[in-house]
Amino acid sequence: MMTAPLQHALYLAIFLFALGVTGVLVRRNLLFILMSIEIMLNAAGLAFITAAARWGQADGQVMFLFILSLAAAEVSVGLALIIRIRHRLTTLDADAANLMQG
Amino acid sequence: MSTTFYIAAFVALLATLLTITRTNGVHALLYLIVSLLAVALVFYTLGAGFAAALEVIIYAGAIMVLFVFVVMMLNLGEKAAGREAQWIAPQIWIGPSILSAILALQLLLTLAHQKAWPIAQNAVPPSQVGIVLFGPYLLCVELASMLLLAALVGAYHIAHGEGGIAS
Repeated sequence: MMTAPLQHALYLAIFLFALGVTGVLVRRNLLFILMSIEIMLNAAGLAFITAAARWGQADGQVMFLFILSLAAAEVSVGLALIIRIRHRLTTLDADAANLMQG
Repeated sequence: MSTTFYIAAFVALLATLLTITRTNGVHALLYLIVSLLAVALVFYTLGAGFAAALEVIIYAGAIMVLFVFVVMMLNLGEKAAGREAQWIAPQIWIGPSILSAILALQLLLTLAHQKAWPIAQNAVPPSQVGIVLFGPYLLCVELASMLLLAALVGAYHIAHGEGGIAS
């Protein structure tokens, strides 16, 4: 069974991460910014899995599990904030939420 | 196995690119789900079957469904999609894209000068992951559970009450 070399999997992780960074920088909709953060977390998880595959150890998969729980926590709080911002400001524009008035 | 990896990697990159360029939220989410499924296949080809299953069940299954629910609850509509199209005009995305490309290029050049490492041929079974998870990493599991509890309480507190879900 021939598998791809380590570099190619890391290249994929790099490109996915760069696409996520681009999404965060370019989009103004909070929902898309949250999705781009998910893309970046997923790319980091791919890098961990790749390292785990290189040495045949389970530690990388354990780290991926923690990234997964982190992503779940981040998404739940982020989506709750998005719902509040949508109700209060009636828009999802990230530039509209620039006043911290209690 | 190698061909499967490259096809899945191509699908993942294409779907991610389409995710960050869509104007409709639901379309972007569907492409993101495709991207996550392709990355799960990449995990499988790398010998991490357990992580691939979790990627499909938790990431594509649970987290993305949460996204879909919220997008449908927000009910953005056609007007929002039109405004999105205005927001991603070329003069807005060209600068950040060049900066991200430079970042990616630097990382690529760092890797390109290394010799090609082979990947271990044996797959890591789920039992080994479980033994490591509840052995040396037990404290991290407890911390993750506390993080999830804090997120649960926090999300309830933020989304509930005046102006939130209940009102």
